Amino acid sequence: MKAADMRVPEVGTATPELRRRLDEIWKTGPGIAGFLGTVDHKKIGIRYIVTAFAFLLLGGIEALLMRLQLIGPDLKLLTPDQYNVLFSTHGMTMIFLYAAPILSGFSNYLFPLLLGNRDMAFPRLNALSYWIYLAAGIFLYVGFLTGHGPNDGWFNYVPYSERDFNPGLNQDFYSLGMVLLGISTTVGAANFIVTLLRMRAPGMSINRLPIMTWGTLTASAANLVVVPSVSLAFLLLWLDRQFGTQFFRSAGGGQPLLWQHLFWLFGHPWVYAIVLPAMGMVSDGLPVFCRRPLVGYSLVALSTVATMILGFGVWVHHMFATGLPGLGLSFFSAASIVITFPSAVAVFAWLATIWTGRPVVTTAFLYFSSMILMFVIGGVSGVMTASVPVDWQLTDTYFVVAHIHYVLIGINLFPVLGAAHFWFPKMTGRFMDERLGKWSFWLVFAGFNIAFLPMHLTGLLGMPRRIYTYGPEMHWTALNTITTCGSFILALGILLFLVNVLRSRRHGRVAPANPWDASTLEWSVSSPPPEYNFAVIPTVASRHPLWEDRLQEEQATSSLDRGMLLDRGKEVVTTTPLDAEPDLILEMPGDTTAPFWLTVGLSLLFIGLLLRVVSLAAGGGVLTALAILVWLWPRRALREREPAHG
Amino acid sequence: MSAPLGYLTAAGNRAHTILPLTWFTLAISIAVCVVIALCLLGALRRGGLRRWPVDMRTVPVARGGAGLRWIGIGVALSAIPLLAILVWTMQALAAAGPLRGRAALTVDVTARQWWWEVRYDADTPAQTFLTANEIHIPVGRPVRVRLHGGDVIHSFWVPQLSGKTDAIPGRTNDTWLQADQPGRYGGQCSEYCGAQHAHMGLEVVADPPAAFEAWRTAQLRPAPAPTSAALMHGAAVVEYRCGACHELRGTQAGALAGPDLTHLASRARIAAGVLPNNAGALAEWIQYAQRVKPGTLMPDQNLDGADLSDVVAYLGTLR
Amino acid sequence: MAEVAMFKPGPLPVGPTRRQGVGWWGAIMLVASEGALFAYLLFGYFYVGATEPPGWVLEPRPDLRLALPNTVLLLLSSVAAWFGEHGVLSRRRGRALLGFGLAAVMGVVFAAVQWKEWHLKHFLPGTSSYASLYYATTAFHMAHVVIGIAVLLGIFLWTALDYFSPRRHMAVSAGVLYWHFVDAVWLAVFTTYYLTPYLGFGT
Repeated sequence: MKAADMRVPEVGTATPELRRRLDEIWKTGPGIAGFLGTVDHKKIGIRYIVTAFAFLLLGGIEALLMRLQLIGPDLKLLTPDQYNVLFSTHGMTMIFLYAAPILSGFSNYLFPLLLGNRDMAFPRLNALSYWIYLAAGIFLYVGFLTGHGPNDGWFNYVPYSERDFNPGLNQDFYSLGMVLLGISTTVGAANFIVTLLRMRAPGMSINRLPIMTWGTLTASAANLVVVPSVSLAFLLLWLDRQFGTQFFRSAGGGQPLLWQHLFWLFGHPWVYAIVLPAMGMVSDGLPVFCRRPLVGYSLVALSTVATMILGFGVWVHHMFATGLPGLGLSFFSAASIVITFPSAVAVFAWLATIWTGRPVVTTAFLYFSSMILMFVIGGVSGVMTASVPVDWQLTDTYFVVAHIHYVLIGINLFPVLGAAHFWFPKMTGRFMDERLGKWSFWLVFAGFNIAFLPMHLTGLLGMPRRIYTYGPEMHWTALNTITTCGSFILALGILLFLVNVLRSRRHGRVAPANPWDASTLEWSVSSPPPEYNFAVIPTVASRHPLWEDRLQEEQATSSLDRGMLLDRGKEVVTTTPLDAEPDLILEMPGDTTAPFWLTVGLSLLFIGLLLRVVSLAAGGGVLTALAILVWLWPRRALREREPAHG
Repeated sequence: MSAPLGYLTAAGNRAHTILPLTWFTLAISIAVCVVIALCLLGALRRGGLRRWPVDMRTVPVARGGAGLRWIGIGVALSAIPLLAILVWTMQALAAAGPLRGRAALTVDVTARQWWWEVRYDADTPAQTFLTANEIHIPVGRPVRVRLHGGDVIHSFWVPQLSGKTDAIPGRTNDTWLQADQPGRYGGQCSEYCGAQHAHMGLEVVADPPAAFEAWRTAQLRPAPAPTSAALMHGAAVVEYRCGACHELRGTQAGALAGPDLTHLASRARIAAGVLPNNAGALAEWIQYAQRVKPGTLMPDQNLDGADLSDVVAYLGTLR
Repeated sequence: MAEVAMFKPGPLPVGPTRRQGVGWWGAIMLVASEGALFAYLLFGYFYVGATEPPGWVLEPRPDLRLALPNTVLLLLSSVAAWFGEHGVLSRRRGRALLGFGLAAVMGVVFAAVQWKEWHLKHFLPGTSSYASLYYATTAFHMAHVVIGIAVLLGIFLWTALDYFSPRRHMAVSAGVLYWHFVDAVWLAVFTTYYLTPYLGFGT
C-alpha cells in the first residue's frame, strides 16, 4: 500500500489560514466557464429554486386567465382551444416544473449542510439534473408559446392524445419534453439517495437525520423507480403518433387503459414525492419556533416511509369510474383510506409540538402551522374520494380540484413559503421583512381559502372539471365568482412575497449564523455559508447539535469546533449508511462543463426527434455520447485510476 | 341545492344508495376539520404567542412532556370514523355496484365527440331504432346501459340517478339506472374529451310505463312524410345535404356520422343540450354550428333564406 | 458536563477503493431505475395480453432456434465479463482484455442475431399491440446492449491504457455490473415473450 492511499485525517480547529485554503480549493471559477461549469450544490440549489419560482408565476398567470374566463357564465374571453391548452399547461407547469423542482432546490442547497458534509455524492450529476430541468422546461414552454402547448390535461389520456384526434405538435412537445425532464428527476433522485446514505458527518446515525432528509430520501427512492413508468408511457405515445404502433389504439388491439395504469403507477407516488420533503421541512422548522424538539421523531420518520410505501398501492383510485371489477375497487379503496393513518401521525406530532412548546410567531411559523389545517382539509376530502361509491359522484368534478389544491398548495406551497422565510437568512445573510411577510401570509391564506374552500361546494353541485364555460342555469355562477376573487387575492399575496424576496436581498437586516437559535448543523456555519460549508467536519452526537447545552440529554455532545480538516484537496469523508462511521476520504470533482454540453447534446437530440430531422438527432446523440465519455474518463486527480504495474 | 347536475339530491336507486354515505363522509370531514382547527388554535393559545422580533435565546428550549400521547390518542380517535367509512363503503359498493337481477330494458350508448348516440336494440331490426342525447326509460325499473367509446374516452354521468362510468374505446362498460319517479334528469360528459367537452350534455327522461311505450312506438315509425310543397322542398334539402352525415329513417338519408334525426322534434334540446329545440335555435345551429360550439364536427351550412326556413319547418314536423 | 464526542480517526483509505466509494452505489441506482423501466414494459405485455381476446400472441409457438442459442451466448458473455473483471482484480491485464473483448464481441453477435430475427418475423411494429410491445421491448433491450458494448469497449480501452489496479477499478466494476444487468433483463424478456406462450398465455 502506498503511503498516500491510506491516511489518518488531520484533526484540528478552524483557523483563518485553514479557511483561506479551503476557500481557494472549493470556490467556483470565474466568468462564463464558472457559470456553466460550477458543481457547487448551493449555487445549483438556488438556481433550482429561482427557476421553480419562475414556473410558479407562469402557472399562476395561466390559472388567473382561466379564472377570469370562469368568473361568469358563457364568457368568451378565451376560445375553447385556448382554455384547454391553459388548463393543461397550468397542470404540467405546477406539478412537474414547480412542485418537484422547488423541493429539489431546497434539498440540494441544504443536504450537505444538514448532513454535515461539504458536497453531494455526485456533484457533476447535480449540475446535470439542473441543466436538463432547465432545458426541458424551455422545451415544453417553446411548445406552449408557439401555439403547441399540451391540450389534453396534465395526465393526457389516450385516445384523445393520439394523432387521430390530436394531429398537431402539441402532444409531441409534451411527450418528448416529459421524457427529457424525467432524466433530470431520476439522476437527481439517485444523487439524494446516495448522498444521504454515504455522505454524512461522523456520528449522524440514521436516527439523527433531520426529517426533511427522510422526506427527500423516500421521495427520491420512489421517483427512481416510478419515473421510468411515465417516461415509458410518453415514449410509447410518441411511437404511436409517429410510427403507427398500437400500444394504446384499440383498433390494433391496444389498450387505452394501459396508459392510465402506466401514468398513475407513476402519478400517485409522484404526488407523495412532492409533499413528503415539504412535510419534512415543517417537521424541522416548526420545532425551532416552538422551542422544543419535534414530538415523536421516530414515529414521524417511520410514517414518512410508510406513506411512501403505501403510496405505491393506491394508484387505481384515479380510475374508479373506468369499469374495473369490484374486487380491485374494494382493495384500492381500502388502501386509499388506510394511507391516511401515517399522515395522521404527522399531523398530531405537529399539533403536539405546538401544544407542548412555546410558539414564537414569525412568518415562517405562520406558514408551518397553518399548513396543518390545510393538510387536514385536503386529507379529509381525499378520504371522501377514496370511498368508491362517493367517488363515482365526486370524481371529475370541482370537488377533486378543491382536494388537489388543498393538498398541493397546503402541503407543498405553504411549507415552501415558510421554508423560504426560514432559510433565506442562511442563504443570503439577510432577513426577509417580517411585516411584509405577515401581510403576504394573510393575503395568501385568505385568498387561497376564499378561492378553494367554496370549490368543494361547486363540485358537489355537479360542476365537471375542464370545462371552458358553463350556463347560467347551472347555479355555479356565484361560487365561481367567489373563487376567482380569491385567486386574485392569493396572487397578490405571492406578488408581495416576491417583492419581499427581491427587496430583502439588498436591504434586508443582516442576519447572523443562527438567527432563529435553531438546532441543526446548517446553523453552525456563517450566513451565507462558505463555499466549503464546514471548515472542520463536525462529529454529531444527537439530533439537535446546537441545543445540546440546553437539553442536556446526551452522554456526549457534538463536536462542532474541532474535527477533521480534510484540506489536502477538494476532500470529503464518506460514512457508513446506518451508523455514520467514516470509511473513506474522497476527492470531489471541480468545475466542468461536461454536464452542460451533455444537456446541449440531449436537447439537440430531442429537438431532432420532435421535428423528425435525423441529422439533428444524430448530431445531438453524438455530442451526448462525447460528453459522457469525457465525464466518465477515469481521472488520476480523483484517484479513479492508477497503473497496475508501477 | 337544486343545481341541475348536483348530486346532493337523489332521484334514482343507485344515487339513493350513495347519497347517505356522501353526507356521512362530508359530515365527518367537516367535524374533523373543526376539531383540528380548534386543537390548533388551542395549541397556539396555550403556548403563549410571542411576537417577533424577540431574542430567540430568551425563549428557553425544553422538551415538554406527554407529547407522544397526542399521537396515540389522535390516531386512535381518527381510526374510528375511518373504519366506519371503510365498512360503509364496502357495503355501498356492493349495493350500488353492478346490477343484480334482470334489467327491464337495455340501451346501448355510444359516446362520441360531442354527442351521445343512443340505440334501443331488440330481437328484430324492425324493433330497433337510434336516437341521440335524450334517453327515455320506464320509471321504477332497472335499465342497463351499455357504454361504448366511439372515438376517445368519455364518461356517462346522470348525477341524480347514478355515479359516473367511462365509455372507453375497445371495451364495453355496463352501468345501470333506475329512476324513482317520473321526470327529466340532466347529465354531462365527465371525462375531458376535447374542444367541446364543456357542451356534451344529455338528458334521461323517466316515463310512466304507458308513456314510455307510446314514446317507443312513436320512435319506431319512419320519418313522417312532408305534406306541403314547402315541406317537400325542405325534406329534399335535408335528404340531400344533411343526409351526408345524418340518418332519417324512411328517407334516402342514411349516414351515421351524426345524430339520428328521424324524430328530432320529439327531443327537448339540440346540440347535446346546448340549445333548446325551437325554430330559432335550430336555424342558428344549422347555419352557425361553429359559432355555437366551436370545433364541433358539424360545419356551418350557409343555406339561403328560403332553403333554411323550409328545412326548419320540415324538421319541426319530425315528432 | 457531558464529554465532547470526538471521532478518533484511524487510517482511512483515500479515493474509491475496490467497490467502496460512491460510484458503485450510483451504478446500483442506475440498474434499479432501468430495471423498473423493463418491469413496466413487461407489465404492459401481461396487462394487454390478459385483457385482449385469446390469439393476441401472434406467434403461439415462438421460434426458439435463434433466440435460445442467442440467450446462451449472452449468458456466456456475462461470464466473459466476469472473467475480465477477475483479470483486473488479479493484476492480469491479458486476462482482463480477453474477457472484456470477448464479452463485447459476443454482445455484437447477440445484437446481430437479434437484428436478423426481427427481419424474420412476419409482423411489423404497427401490425398489432402484441407486435408493438414485442419490438418495443426487444428494441429497448437492444439499446441497452449497444450501450453495454460501448461500456465494455470503454473499459477495454482503459484497461489497455493500464488505468486499473486491484484497488482502483470502480469503472470496471460498474461497467461489468451494467453488463450483468443487461443479461438479467434479457432473461426476463426472453421468458416473457418466448416461453410464456408455450405455457398458454395469450394464445
